[in-house]
Amino acid sequence: MSARYLRVDPTLCVGHGLCAELFPERVRLDDWGFPIIAPDELPSSLQRAARRAQTSCPALALKLDRTPPRRPIDPGLPRRGIRTAQ
Amino acid sequence: MTSATVVQGRSFARSRGALVPARLLGGPSRSDAETWVEHNSRLGGAISSARGRHHPAQLIAMIRRAGLTGRGGAGFPAADKLAAVRGQPRRPVVVGNGSETEPASAKDDLLLRLRPHLVLDGLELVAATLKAERIFVVVPSALAARSVLRALRERESESSRGPAVEVALGPTNFVGGEETALVRWLEGLAALPRFQPPRGFERGWRGKPTLVQNVETLANLGLIARFGPEWFRQQGTPEEPGTCLVTLSGAFSHPGVYEVSIGMPLSELVVAAGADPSAAALLAGGYFGSWLQPAQFPAAKVSRAGLRELGASPGAGVFHLLAPGNCVVRESQRLVRWLAGESAGQCGPCAQGLPAMAETLERLSDPLQATEQGVRLIARWCAQVENRGACRHPDGVVNLIRSTLSDFGAEVELHIRGRCSGTVSTPLPLPTDWERVV
Repeated sequence: MSARYLRVDPTLCVGHGLCAELFPERVRLDDWGFPIIAPDELPSSLQRAARRAQTSCPALALKLDRTPPRRPIDPGLPRRGIRTAQ
Repeated sequence: MTSATVVQGRSFARSRGALVPARLLGGPSRSDAETWVEHNSRLGGAISSARGRHHPAQLIAMIRRAGLTGRGGAGFPAADKLAAVRGQPRRPVVVGNGSETEPASAKDDLLLRLRPHLVLDGLELVAATLKAERIFVVVPSALAARSVLRALRERESESSRGPAVEVALGPTNFVGGEETALVRWLEGLAALPRFQPPRGFERGWRGKPTLVQNVETLANLGLIARFGPEWFRQQGTPEEPGTCLVTLSGAFSHPGVYEVSIGMPLSELVVAAGADPSAAALLAGGYFGSWLQPAQFPAAKVSRAGLRELGASPGAGVFHLLAPGNCVVRESQRLVRWLAGESAGQCGPCAQGLPAMAETLERLSDPLQATEQGVRLIARWCAQVENRGACRHPDGVVNLIRSTLSDFGAEVELHIRGRCSGTVSTPLPLPTDWERVV
């Protein structure tokens, strides 16, 4: 089976949160209730659950296909941590 | 921006000429456009004579050898973009992007006002080579529109069989200059980014493959077609060849647009522009950019590689020098507040996260309200918001916040202890409400 990825179209998502309920293995919610999806390829063992999350999305915002999710901008840039004083 | 003038709702700086043998800002040093006759006699004939020599594959190979990258901020290789559009089965649409929605940038406006024929050379060359079905050039101001329209009339006799160049006044919202947003604007819709893929080169204007290229990139492209890749590489670095336009604003005695060789030492550039030697900080890369401390200038170069080591990027060549006595945290907070309002509001994490971060940063900028918890909260939200919009707007804001809190962490700590090193406030330029009506 070819590589599959779960992505969300953030312009369609309104934060129902069903995906995080149905597919907690790969989806968690941010502080405002919008899904954060792990960018990794889906192993075949998780594809059923991913499909269920995708078809249950009331906003039809989830994509389950061969397109890998976009990467963070310029990964070569040093990722600076934010300094917290002690 | 002391030398900036506001005309028709857009502020523009003056040309400060070139710190290298001028390519883009060469020619007459007047404040109006170089004419078609002047342009052709200076550059040795019309672009159409150079154009005839190039097959699409040849042109793309030549641009690849030249190593030209996009001058709109992202720095994507121009040849790859051309090849991607050429690989599509249908006739494409070509868009020259001079929308320049970044408030501290003035270089596209200046280029279109002073050297419209350089831009139109590149635009017509690309359009002819790709057999474009429609050709647009998006301009940032009424003055730039007038300059381009006049230039197009001058070229009328020369114009090839292809479609006419259509001039459009660009959007004024910050995210409106993003490719997919600009394409929607040209379709007559609100300039809002859309989720990708499909990418613009696959499905752009009215579903057609669309090449969106910054106007400075196009100007360079036309020059490469005339003088060749080896000539182009005589300036810049092997990895980042050529010259680029930079806009300097803030605490300079000579702010404005300069043409520089990519890779030139940043300290030379700021000295040439008359930088205040005791300035507080330099914002590199525009409002999505990173703060540099004056002590870092000697190590910095005006290139992607030369700023990356310092955690910064030149972006579209925008540099703002913050005057002495300013608190970086406070002035950043103003920018973040404005940028939060510039969210298209389409994506939850951006629409919700940016105002939340702006509010928390506002408290951090006030010594009476700054807390350690505020810093932790912002760090948490930066990680949550990054890479979660349809466009890169939230990522740019996250970059600015991270730079503020890490590069000026000492100032944040000072605030938490109830003090602030700031004695004055010189806000960075932001469009006023009436300017946005245009």
